[in-house]
Amino acid sequence: MTRPDPSTSEVQAVAAGVPAPTEPPRSAATDPPAPAATEAPTKPGIDARGPRFGAGLTAALLAVVVLLGPSRAGLALLAFVAFSFLLGTAFGTQGTWQGLVFRTIVRPRLSAPIELEDPRPPRFAQAVGLVVTAVGVGLGAAGALVAVPWAAGIAFVAAALNATISLCLGCELYLVLQRARRRRARR
Amino acid sequence: MGPQVVALIVLLLVTALLGLVWRSRQGRLRPHAVSDATADWAPRLSDLGVGPGSRATFVQFSAPVCTPCRATSRVLSALAAGEPGVVHTEIDVEEHPDLARESRVLRAPTVLVLDATGAEVVRASGAMTPAQARRALELATGTVSTRTVDAGRNA
Repeated sequence: MTRPDPSTSEVQAVAAGVPAPTEPPRSAATDPPAPAATEAPTKPGIDARGPRFGAGLTAALLAVVVLLGPSRAGLALLAFVAFSFLLGTAFGTQGTWQGLVFRTIVRPRLSAPIELEDPRPPRFAQAVGLVVTAVGVGLGAAGALVAVPWAAGIAFVAAALNATISLCLGCELYLVLQRARRRRARR
Repeated sequence: MGPQVVALIVLLLVTALLGLVWRSRQGRLRPHAVSDATADWAPRLSDLGVGPGSRATFVQFSAPVCTPCRATSRVLSALAAGEPGVVHTEIDVEEHPDLARESRVLRAPTVLVLDATGAEVVRASGAMTPAQARRALELATGTVSTRTVDAGRNA
C-alpha cells in the first residue's frame, strides 16, 4: 500500500490552526463514514495502529532501562524515553520518532486502517508517560538512581498494555484527574 | 540471574495479570444495587432535553481522551436505530462533570441502562460489544431477571 496517509496531513493542519484540507480519498469499504462537515476540523483521525506500535517500541526501551538497573546508563536511556514522551505530548504521537518509524517503515506494509481514531487519547497517554518518566529522571539526576528502574517499570506496564491490548489511559484517568482538579479548585 | 532480570520477569507477570483483569472488565454488566434518588434519571433526561425511550434508554458517559467511547457509541447507536423504543444519548463528562460525579462514574465510557421509567437497571464500563449491549437491553426491558446478570458477564 502506497496510498498517502490521509490522517497525518489533516492532523498537522489542525495543529497549525488552519482548516483541514478537502476530504482525503477514502475507500468506502474500509473507512468509517465521513464525519459531518461541521465537526470535520475538530475530529481528525489517525491510524490507531501507529500509537500502539510506538508503545511497543517504548516498552522495549523501558524494559532495557529495568535491566540496566540503578545506573547512569539506565538514567540516560530513561531520559531519552522521557524526551520521546515530551515530543508526543507536544505534537501528538505522529510527531515522535516512533511515529516516524511507523509512517516510513511499518505503515506502507500494512493495509488501509479499518478505523481512524481521535489523536487526543494517545496524546493524553504520552503526557502521563512524561510525568512518570520525568519523576524518575529528576530523582535519578538528584542522586536517587534507585528511582530510575522503578519509574521505568511503572511506565513499562502502561506502555506494554497499550501495545498488546490497547489499554486506554485517558479512559481510566481522565475522570479521576477531573475530580481531583475540581476538588482543588474549590479549596 | 541478576536482580534486574528477576525484576523484569516480575514486571512481565504483573503486566499480564493487570491486562487480563482489565480486559475481563470491559463492558461487563453490573446490576445497580442502590435504589436511591441518583438512580432516577427521568428529571435529568428532561433537563438534558432527551426524550426517554419507551422501552429503554442508554446513557453513555464519554470523555474527550477516550478511544473506546467512539466504538461504544457506534454499537449503541446501531442498537437504538434497530430497536423501537430504545434511545441512546451521550454525555460529555467535560460538559457535565456534576452528572458524572452524582452517578459515581469514574471511568469512560460508562453506560447506564435505564428502564421505561427512567430508573437505572444496570451499568457497564469500558468498550461494549453488540452482544453486551443486547444483553443490557434484555435486562432493562425485563425480558430476563437481573439476578442472572452474573451469568451473562462474559456474553
